Amino acid sequence: MTAYITALCGGFLIGLSAAILMMVNGRVAGVSGIAGRLLQGVQTATGAAFIAGLIVGPVLFRLLSGAWPAVELAAPWPLLVAGGLFVGYGSRMGSGCTSGHGVVGLARLSHRSMAAVATFMVAAVATVYLMGLFS
Amino acid sequence: MNRIERLRVVAAFVSGIVFGLGLALSGMLNPVRVQGFLDITRDWDPSLGFVLAGAVSVSALGMALVRRMREPLLDSRFHLPETRVIDRRLLVGSAIFGVGWGMVGLCPGPALASLSLGLPATVLFIASMLAGMAAHDRLFGARPWQRAS
Repeated sequence: MTAYITALCGGFLIGLSAAILMMVNGRVAGVSGIAGRLLQGVQTATGAAFIAGLIVGPVLFRLLSGAWPAVELAAPWPLLVAGGLFVGYGSRMGSGCTSGHGVVGLARLSHRSMAAVATFMVAAVATVYLMGLFS
Repeated sequence: MNRIERLRVVAAFVSGIVFGLGLALSGMLNPVRVQGFLDITRDWDPSLGFVLAGAVSVSALGMALVRRMREPLLDSRFHLPETRVIDRRLLVGSAIFGVGWGMVGLCPGPALASLSLGLPATVLFIASMLAGMAAHDRLFGARPWQRAS
């Protein structure tokens, strides 16, 4: 039960973050877009500040709760490299990831984002299913 | 950098902190749980569905307020994607992204936020992710709205 409540409250904070960025700066809180523009040297100050905040967030969680959030990253290194390349390449090609299309796009009822979210959910579920067959 | 630009940097930092705190609280930083959420045919852990539900509902409230605002507090206009077409690049790119997300259980937000824990595996994933982004933009160029001012 607790897992559902923390998930929901964590989600509220993520939504609040997206609302703040749009209402104050007029920008989509899409992490792949922000990281991609940072790599191109566009909007570097706000982009670097957002990503610095993203890294400070879990530190604040540690200060408030007394424990680091759980991170179990068991994938072997070839999978980490391949997965990273796919996530980076695909999020740029598809113009967004879980945050931009998921949190902001769905909230704006963007048809492109609905199509993107449906596509990456199906692809991710299929990938986990196939990997389970071989493990 | 003028005063408005400095305030925008502060707003981006605050927004990032709230995002990272939300990710830490929600359980999204844990790739094993993300994969458990995606594993719908075996031992499905539906809890992370509540992250997206919670995030989209608060975000939707924000976007409803945005529709009543003429401009954001610190800029002269809202910077929104202008394209409406569901094209092949959107679908193929999203499918590639989904495969990578399923393989490791990390997407860009949680990957960057979990840098705070300093795990070497996270660093390797992020280096590969940034290489993938750079490779795409080098080969095809960013689309106009991805570059936008």
